[in-house]
Amino acid sequence: MGTSQDNNIAIEVKKLTKRYGELTAVDEISFDVKRGEIFGFLGPNGAGKTSTINMLTGLCSISSGELKINGQSSVKKIQEMIGVVPSESNLYPELSGFENLCFCASLYGMRRREREREAGRLLEMFNLSEAADRPFRAYSKGMKRKLAIAAAIIHRPDILFLDEPTTGIDVASARQIRRLISEMNKAGTTIFLTTHYLEEAERLCERVAFIVRGKIKQLAETEQLLKGARKDNVLEFLLDRDITLEKGPLLEGLSDYRPVFDKDKVRIHTPCEMDIKYFVDIFDEWRYRVYEAKLIRPALEDVFVEITGIGPGEAEAGKNKGGREN
Amino acid sequence: MKKWIAFINILLKDIKTYYLKPPNISWGIIFPFSWTLMFFLRSGGSVDIPDFLPGLVSLSILFGTTSMLAVTITFEKKQASFDRLLLAPISLNTLMFAKTGGAVIFGIFNALFPLLIAVVFTDISGISWFPALPGIFFISVTSAFLGLFISVSAREVFEAQTFSNFFRFPMIFLCGLFIPLSEIPGFIRPLSYILPLTYGADILRYAIGGNNIFDVWFSFLVLLLYSGGLFMISIKNIRKKWIL
Repeated sequence: MGTSQDNNIAIEVKKLTKRYGELTAVDEISFDVKRGEIFGFLGPNGAGKTSTINMLTGLCSISSGELKINGQSSVKKIQEMIGVVPSESNLYPELSGFENLCFCASLYGMRRREREREAGRLLEMFNLSEAADRPFRAYSKGMKRKLAIAAAIIHRPDILFLDEPTTGIDVASARQIRRLISEMNKAGTTIFLTTHYLEEAERLCERVAFIVRGKIKQLAETEQLLKGARKDNVLEFLLDRDITLEKGPLLEGLSDYRPVFDKDKVRIHTPCEMDIKYFVDIFDEWRYRVYEAKLIRPALEDVFVEITGIGPGEAEAGKNKGGREN
Repeated sequence: MKKWIAFINILLKDIKTYYLKPPNISWGIIFPFSWTLMFFLRSGGSVDIPDFLPGLVSLSILFGTTSMLAVTITFEKKQASFDRLLLAPISLNTLMFAKTGGAVIFGIFNALFPLLIAVVFTDISGISWFPALPGIFFISVTSAFLGLFISVSAREVFEAQTFSNFFRFPMIFLCGLFIPLSEIPGFIRPLSYILPLTYGADILRYAIGGNNIFDVWFSFLVLLLYSGGLFMISIKNIRKKWIL
């Protein structure tokens, strides 16, 4: 871990803990985020992602541990340097897009002319100029999320916290938001991103940390994690019925291949070259019809499954994104 | 300077989005008008306006400020826009002063209408404006901080409304607004002495008719202490409940 004197470190966290009564939501986590990187903070629902963001941004107190942002530990000084896009919109439904942006700018002490200029620039950048005078409540989900991002960066923060920025919005808006995140990062903004969508993290993040039940299970460069996962070959079979109801020798026979069962789907991992036909024959022997068989390129999801032990059907984390097919 | 820009803009935003909405403006007019009319009808047309004006002004301020603040803050907290304010690099005190500022102005506006009615129906040249205006201001501030205290204690808007009434309705009868304190049964009277509106109404009674019970400076001091106490408790509760 770097020190606060290290100019290359934007966020420095040491043994950060958050307790709500008896419940420990975040348990002595330590990590640092380098200046100018996109850092992914991943985990299933209830893992402690939002509690961590809330502590980092001053929305909740710290039970124990230390955090520094750009070398500062005072909440109000930190808040001058950061922008936050929460998972749920926190803008004012009755104000227009333009008014919301101007209001958010005023909270950072920006003068009228400056905030109006910046609001206009951001509305244009986010393709929202036509909706500038429309009340925020009349915006679509995608537009709301874009405006929330614009509101978070209007004071030109060094560090941007994005909590599930593309959850629940249409594909086109999600793609645009990802593009904007990349552009902001290229312009020098450090980005702390939590997401359920592992493919999003895979595309955007240079490093990722996996948090499970309040503890960081793994922190590494995304590429490195994927390389590790690529040691395995993965085959996915879609069967005619639920294999999780199966008991006995079939499952035992497959256990050497670290199978992941999800109702009528089976994923099989093996370090060696595999013949799809070999497994099709096994399923056939047990009177399963194989509707589909495919080779899966390893993805961050596989790392996630391995680390968290949560299968694709069990957490939203795996729900929307499979590995990329060859 | 940055702090002031934020302060002014939070205040203006609240005035624009909440207080200047037609239903709230009409509330500020209809409520005092209804009370005035009620007294007018009850007395068969011969209303002693200076007698009931202090109570009417106090009540209009109390209901206006507590209703608005308790609802708007609870509403903003519920829809998460209050978190946007908590993320701003301004102190919690500045933020809450800005939030209550709108309610204080609304309270003063509420006080104007009964005064205007009084101007129309009676000669108010006898009003001593020096204690009257600061009195109106202090009643607004205390009521606004009471509204803040209520809003921080409630989770839902309906809870805030119910909780407001828990404080407000006893005040109508116990603060000497329309029933003199001397006519309130002795076993309830201690309650009257611990309610801030008793002292606010007494300042106005001094300013309007000169028939006050407490020393006017003592009443100002009590309102000041109440305001400070309610504000500090509210800030402590916000830190405890909202910045967990």
